[in-house]
Amino acid sequence: MNEAMTLTGRLKSAIWIDNPGLVQLLGLCPLLAVTTTFVNGLGLGIATLAVLTLSNLLVSATRRWIRDEIRIPMYVLIIASLVTCIELVFQAYFPSLGRSLGIFIPLIVTNCAIVARAEVFASRNSVVASLADGLAMGAGFALLLCALGAFRELIGRGSILARLDMLFGGDSSPGLLLFDGGFLLAILPPGAFISLGLFVAGKNALDRRRSRAGKANSPRRFD
Amino acid sequence: MTDDRSNETRQPPVWNSGLILAILAAVCTALVAITQRNTAPRIAANEQAYLEQSLQPVLAGLTYDGKLSESTLTIPMPHELPGNEDVTVYRVFAANEPVAALFVVTARDGFSGPIKLLIGIAANGSITGVRVLEHRETPGLGDLIEAGKSDWVQQFARTSINFPKQDQWAIKRDGGVFDQLTGASITPRSVIKAIKETLLYFAANSEQVFAVVDVEGPGPEA
Repeated sequence: MNEAMTLTGRLKSAIWIDNPGLVQLLGLCPLLAVTTTFVNGLGLGIATLAVLTLSNLLVSATRRWIRDEIRIPMYVLIIASLVTCIELVFQAYFPSLGRSLGIFIPLIVTNCAIVARAEVFASRNSVVASLADGLAMGAGFALLLCALGAFRELIGRGSILARLDMLFGGDSSPGLLLFDGGFLLAILPPGAFISLGLFVAGKNALDRRRSRAGKANSPRRFD
Repeated sequence: MTDDRSNETRQPPVWNSGLILAILAAVCTALVAITQRNTAPRIAANEQAYLEQSLQPVLAGLTYDGKLSESTLTIPMPHELPGNEDVTVYRVFAANEPVAALFVVTARDGFSGPIKLLIGIAANGSITGVRVLEHRETPGLGDLIEAGKSDWVQQFARTSINFPKQDQWAIKRDGGVFDQLTGASITPRSVIKAIKETLLYFAANSEQVFAVVDVEGPGPEA
């Protein structure tokens, strides 16, 4: 998490090692509530990515004037204004997706992943580094939203990439329907927790296998 | 972790912090205001299109002039329509002649909470279509009133207050002519009652409903 980190290193950290949703478990409210389909996940992912990047940018640019005692109100002001702008942009350019995401666009304000990046990173680092951090962390969060959305959509509805028209325009598309019905639980709230649990477990299992393989291959210990 | 926030040697005056917050608030407000200004026309157009689109199912392909939302009428409480809130009516005209009136009413005696209905009535008193806008009925039973889930709600098209006869405005189990839903009778009863009440209101007040008044003006309620 330092200034000199490369963009690829930052991306790797944000997507896998230190993913705001998967590892830090931040911003679970929108994460769990919205990811009933891939397109919902992608939409909220893009919105969160935009807010996170811009808030990092603004916080970093104004960090000289940020005083400890008023930093939280300043973050809140910046993030709340950005979210309001993003919400207006969604209403203007992606109205059906905006309706589908509903209250969860304004609720990006309460996504603690954003204020966490402002506090931990942007208020202490240069504009360029903060911009890269915002993009990387936003991408990590958005990727998790998309993966979770695609997973729950597939299990719960049996479809892949349904209603992409909400984001990209064109005719209402049912997506690729693999099977009928589906396992309803997956798109209900408990399914969100179960799916995220499976994702976290899967990531931990992969990490463990990798570290075991690493130890087996190299005689030296790194820890 | 690098930290380039400079350490102040002396405590800054409180009004300094206040000034910074005030400036930031002004900048943020300006940002929101500019965005709002630039998106407002598009948002208004989207809302208009969404409204037109959501009213289409009960218009049954009628031809009409102008924008539906521009001939909106609000019927304030008290009224004899279902529900205990103000009722919005979208009035449909063609060449200044009334074509239909679309009522947004609330059936208050659903199985689990109010059921919001959109009921289209042609100028001659026959129903052009009914759609359920909002409800909390049981999934798999009462929610079959949704047009997307079964064709139950389609049976009201082309009915009117005298067709079937008034005492037959009920589900078959209650001696009426309308299909019931297996496992749910409270939901259909409440929807049918709301439609019948709306038809009765329209039959008694159709002239006032179509009378041209200001959108902001008082309703036709005598």
